[in-house]
Amino acid sequence: MNLWDSILIAVGALRVNLLRSVLTTLGIVIGVASVIILVAVGTGASSEVDRQIKALGTNMLVVFPGSSRVMGRSQGAGTDIPLSEGDVTAIRDKVQGVLAVSGQIQETAPMVRGNANWTTTISGVHAEYGFVRDWPVDNGRDLEPNDVRTGAKVALIGKSVAKELFPGESAVGAAVRIKNVPFEIVGELSSKGQSAMGRDQDDIVLIPISTARARISGKSQIQNDRIGQIYVKIDTGTDLAVAQEDIENLLRQRRKATRGAENTFSVRNLSETMKARTEVLSTMSYLLAATSVISLIVGGIGIMNIMLVSVTERTREIGLRMAVGGRRRDIMMQFLVEAVSLCLLGGLIGVVIGVSASTIIAFVADWPVLVSPGVLGGALAAAAATGICFGLFPARRAAHLNPIDALRSE
Amino acid sequence: MTVIDRPSAGDRPARASAGPPAAALISAHDLSKVYRVGEQDLVALDKVTLEIAAGDFVAIMGPSGSGKSTMMNLIGALDVPTSGSLRLDGRDIGTLSADDLADLRNRSIGFVFQQFNLLPRTSALRQVMLPLLYAHPRPENGEELARRRLEQVGLSARMDHTPRQLSGGQQQRVAIARALVNNPKILLADEPTGALDSKTSEEIMQVFTDLNREGITVVLVTHEPEIALWAGRRITFRDGRVIDDVRQTPITEAPITETPVAGPSP
Repeated sequence: MNLWDSILIAVGALRVNLLRSVLTTLGIVIGVASVIILVAVGTGASSEVDRQIKALGTNMLVVFPGSSRVMGRSQGAGTDIPLSEGDVTAIRDKVQGVLAVSGQIQETAPMVRGNANWTTTISGVHAEYGFVRDWPVDNGRDLEPNDVRTGAKVALIGKSVAKELFPGESAVGAAVRIKNVPFEIVGELSSKGQSAMGRDQDDIVLIPISTARARISGKSQIQNDRIGQIYVKIDTGTDLAVAQEDIENLLRQRRKATRGAENTFSVRNLSETMKARTEVLSTMSYLLAATSVISLIVGGIGIMNIMLVSVTERTREIGLRMAVGGRRRDIMMQFLVEAVSLCLLGGLIGVVIGVSASTIIAFVADWPVLVSPGVLGGALAAAAATGICFGLFPARRAAHLNPIDALRSE
Repeated sequence: MTVIDRPSAGDRPARASAGPPAAALISAHDLSKVYRVGEQDLVALDKVTLEIAAGDFVAIMGPSGSGKSTMMNLIGALDVPTSGSLRLDGRDIGTLSADDLADLRNRSIGFVFQQFNLLPRTSALRQVMLPLLYAHPRPENGEELARRRLEQVGLSARMDHTPRQLSGGQQQRVAIARALVNNPKILLADEPTGALDSKTSEEIMQVFTDLNREGITVVLVTHEPEIALWAGRRITFRDGRVIDDVRQTPITEAPITETPVAGPSP
């Protein structure tokens, strides 16, 4: 008897008890589906995190005013000594490995074009901002140092703002008003997509920081060189942690902080924070992996159980097959192939469910669909291996039946 | 395998008249089978010596526990003797491995059972092809062989029927066709009419008679005397021994008085 005969017999036997067969494979279905979802979610999430880290800007540190202590006493972030233009200059000139620095102050205000308007985030920044944030202009020109020096009334707009106020046309050269101040749009920023928190990063207008202070923030600013956040681009050859410490020391010096006193600012490596979030994801991956393994084991026990039932039900058939010349290994092969077929049936159902679920998750989370043929093959191989492991015992039991007893059973 | 295990016809002059001088197809010599039941040994067969020649039609009779079922299991190569020897078609089954026994059953023996033992939901044609699945080498024209055997037992119109769609007699014909498909030397039937009414029983016995006339050796195990009348030789077992071994003129339609041709075996 060859393998093909065994497969035909197995498929025939499974079709007789189709409902039972499908129910039996439930554990395998869940196991295989979770393996596929696990891999798809894992790779999808990490590719998304990679994209977000890239969108943040690589090799970048951000200085926030206020203590770095989030839990605990220092609740007044931003109410301590603010950051200033002097800090920007000091970081640029005194910290090793700094490539560029840009301050940022933010305000929410509507941008008006004719009779249309759009309320957005108005960011006053230095000319280096685009370089520091890896955020190039893809239409028109970037901000230039001269714009900042002269307080030019020029603006860069994000893709979302462009879409709202200039649908289907180029915004470059257009005249708009922010808080009644006329601005000329000189460039459109390339798209950065959603931030890790789900905020639309393209819903933004960049103007020179000097213009922002003079024309937009106005009297609300206590100090006219006050800065909201400082973005620092570090040379790839410099250790970010060292640069981070250097900046901290420099700012402590400038604030004449005594030894042991709390920082009145914080320097953060945002991509590190982001990577920490991926560890949560990998913990989830381990949980899902454990689910898959447990499902396959439970599923395998289910298969073993139903195969033992099948051997008992078909004892006479086994006796007959032996009587007409079936060797032990023929009988063994028949039941083993049946167990593997059962597991592969479950595996195929699991693949359908897993791929569908992964596609839905990828669609909802806006990830690329990541189901590779290798993963499908691996999941089916795991199902088949389960069939062999847990089918072996029932198959051996069938093969070692005494033909005389088997023929007389029932 | 030794020569002593192999009794020739010449060793038993008393049996010379009992059958044709052809070499025995089945020959048992001091054949014993002992089962261990708990602490006790149960002697199912006690040094049985007998020969069945090719072309014979033998009925093995006896009450339950007489050893006739054990004898049938041994002749069917389903079991091996505890001592003594049993040669089937020239091979001593005591010396064969499990695989060799399976091959011997496949090639040389066709089984017919009381309960037919057909596979459910399987067409008559597939049932008959079953033994071919285990044949080495496998015949190329398996389906053709199966069709021919079904025609031979008069089921040419029912090849696609499953057991459920067949009467008891037809099911037993399918079983006979299945037993014949590998061209065995021995047709071994265990109470083949036990589940059939008397009219159908006669039809099935007629099939066996016809097959025997075509040359196949038929060994029939039964406890019904009227069924045993269809055989040309009747061997009766009791307490693991042969107590009677007679030749008779087989009936085809109506019973005929039996004619003893040999006395009880020793």
